[in-house]
Amino acid sequence: MRLRRLAVLTAVIASVTAATACGAGSDTASGTSALRIMAPAAPGGGWDQTSRTAEQAIKSIEPARKVEVFNVPGAGGTIGLAQLAGDKGNGGVLMTMGLVMVGAVEQNKSAVTLAEVTPIARLTEEYEIVVVPAESPLQTLADLVAAWKADPTRISVAGGSAGGTDHIVAGLMAKAADIDPKQVNYIAHSGGGEALNALLGNKVSIGISGIGEFAEHIKSGKLRSLGITAPARIPSIESPTLKEGGLDVELANWRGFVAPPGLDEAATKSLTDLVTKMHDGQAWKDAVAKNGWVDSFQTGQLFADFLTSEQTRVKGIIAEMGLVS
Amino acid sequence: MDSLNLLLDGFATALTPVNLLYALVGVTLGTLVGVLPGIGPAMTVALLLPITFNVPPASAFIMFAGIYYGGMYGGSTTSILLNTPGESSSMITALEGNKMARRGRAAQALATAAIGSFVAGTIATGLLVVAAPLVVEFAISFGPEDYFALAILAFTAVSSVLSRSVVRGLASLVLGLAIGLVGIDQQTGQARLTLGIPQLLDGIDVVIVAVGLFALGEALYVASRLRHAPPEIVPVGRAWMGRADWRRSWRPWLRGTALGFPFGALPGGGAEIPTFLSYAAEKRLARGTAKEEFGKGAIEGVAGPEAANNASAAGTLVPLLTLGLPTSATAAIMLAAFQQYGLQPGPQLFDHNPALVWGMVASLFIGNTMLLVLNLPLAPVWARVLRIPRPYLYAGIVLFAALGVYALNNSWVDLIVLYLLGLLGFAMRRFGLPVAPAVIGLILGPMAEIQLRRALAIGAGDVSTLVASPVAGVLLVLSALALLTPLLRKLLRKVLAR
Repeated sequence: MRLRRLAVLTAVIASVTAATACGAGSDTASGTSALRIMAPAAPGGGWDQTSRTAEQAIKSIEPARKVEVFNVPGAGGTIGLAQLAGDKGNGGVLMTMGLVMVGAVEQNKSAVTLAEVTPIARLTEEYEIVVVPAESPLQTLADLVAAWKADPTRISVAGGSAGGTDHIVAGLMAKAADIDPKQVNYIAHSGGGEALNALLGNKVSIGISGIGEFAEHIKSGKLRSLGITAPARIPSIESPTLKEGGLDVELANWRGFVAPPGLDEAATKSLTDLVTKMHDGQAWKDAVAKNGWVDSFQTGQLFADFLTSEQTRVKGIIAEMGLVS
Repeated sequence: MDSLNLLLDGFATALTPVNLLYALVGVTLGTLVGVLPGIGPAMTVALLLPITFNVPPASAFIMFAGIYYGGMYGGSTTSILLNTPGESSSMITALEGNKMARRGRAAQALATAAIGSFVAGTIATGLLVVAAPLVVEFAISFGPEDYFALAILAFTAVSSVLSRSVVRGLASLVLGLAIGLVGIDQQTGQARLTLGIPQLLDGIDVVIVAVGLFALGEALYVASRLRHAPPEIVPVGRAWMGRADWRRSWRPWLRGTALGFPFGALPGGGAEIPTFLSYAAEKRLARGTAKEEFGKGAIEGVAGPEAANNASAAGTLVPLLTLGLPTSATAAIMLAAFQQYGLQPGPQLFDHNPALVWGMVASLFIGNTMLLVLNLPLAPVWARVLRIPRPYLYAGIVLFAALGVYALNNSWVDLIVLYLLGLLGFAMRRFGLPVAPAVIGLILGPMAEIQLRRALAIGAGDVSTLVASPVAGVLLVLSALALLTPLLRKLLRKVLAR
């Protein structure tokens, strides 16, 4: 009896999730091929959010097309990458990815690298911000550099996972300040506010994260910004850049799409056109504005070159920080 | 009493028929995913996140909060009836709850869990209204050294659940600690004990371990005994809680609430540790019949942890709403939902969106009441599950355990790990090793390790940082007392006897 109830309730759950996942309700297959978007992370994270936003945006411009998001979580996205690489020549799959995956491939010594997949487009980017607690004696970036040089171990740096974007920024900053990147006293935190908590409690010297995570607390005066990793000041936050403060560090945490290896030109073009059409649509523009993303759309050879240069850069700094296992 | 007026407005928001329906859907879904092993509230809310595109914010959050509370409650049902907890936070409930069920007191165990959850949820939500700013201050002041001391206290407190044989308890604990080491080391990014399998880089999810050791291990063990012994006759017993049950339950409910609420507010506190501490406290405080019953099905051991579990869910909302700090997986996904609506939880949220915040708080009260109404009449019905012939029952458990674990990561490697752990769980039962300490080790071990290393790294290697904060000092002294008191008492008795 319980089993029957469970079965019924499972059916309910499945139909509820199916109904919500299908949102606009576009089941009619009318010629256009189905598209599957892989989010190589668990539901709820940044890649998942980007994938689901893209799903909705594509549906809004092509209501007849079937679009489905699926999650392949694990190991900084490299599990998903390996799965994508095995799907050779399939023109109906996109994988959301970004800078974090570039680092994870290096750090986990992933058997499959990003050189194998077909680059499609860069979509958005977010700059990183370096903050101190309000009570901190460090007022400017110059104060930080001076204290850091005096004793690197005394400056504890809070951020996300080891080898992730925040850690890479810390390494690049140390390098720019002529400090051995291996000396950085980096305190890795799991996502979801742990690092923020350490900063609000004044337990660590500085914190590094995406601007969005700290913005509200900078406005309320609980944290103070020392600099952002953008090339120039940006309107969404009142902060100098790291470059102005004398550290030549520039880094954007970007996200984009790649497709399986071995795509012919027609398939690559059709995916690129679809993503370009999605990017030009109103639904995507609205979502970008709502989420505070920076639109950094780029396709074709430009994105392919960018992807290659990011791999070289990240590989270099991760090795210099002694992070490759 | 400004808050009170706002809360009344909140009830006005939450009590519209549409929102009541969302609350009902939320608690029903939540109870369901709590019952199913593996699938938790975090994943459910994440999968439902796209509804934020179509549903007004108040309704969506009312439903999400319902899922969260429902999930916290639902996990206890299978723990009690079948010794197969659906979530790690209801693992402790299985210790006494399942023993009660085997003695024919399943309905009472389910009832004290339901009412305890209701009491704890209601009180904790009330505390959320009045004490949020204070609790948040306390939570933020917690540094790594304090967490480390807390983990040590939890370790010493739960040493009392290590079973009668200390050696076996410790062996099980060490197994859990070893499993906890698998995966990428958070501090250095290096892989440990992954055997070159990329799917193990993120470690083994505690849900897989709990489901494997408890649910699969139990199913295999039952199967192995099926033809050896005549079926164990489970007495049906009375349907409702008697006067004595009420008398024995209300204090554990309150103590569980007092433990659970602040722990929920701590980032990294989690729902599990307060259940361990509550169980340990109830066991120590037990006198008379209760003391004899501990280990054989004491109602206190169900009432306390269940209350702690639910109170921690409300505690989680304190830092989420006031600071935008998520302290559990579900809260992190709810934060993403806030951002979908262009809302940033934080100090300004209460001022800028009072209707939303207070509507959600009010819906917590309503959701809690709904859970009670939904589950209390069902307690005797659920209890009859025990009459299903065991081959069918346990086949169903194995099926749902596998489904739930596969749903975690859509990874077949997880299934292999689950079956291996199931065999381990069977072996542990066969050779009399308790299962709970392994899961406790798995939860507390990595926490103690990472916080210890963080504290030392921040203090540039200075060991005295570990006792520098008053909180850490007090917690470590308490741990020392918990360890030494029995010894001292023995010593004292010897001295007096002379």
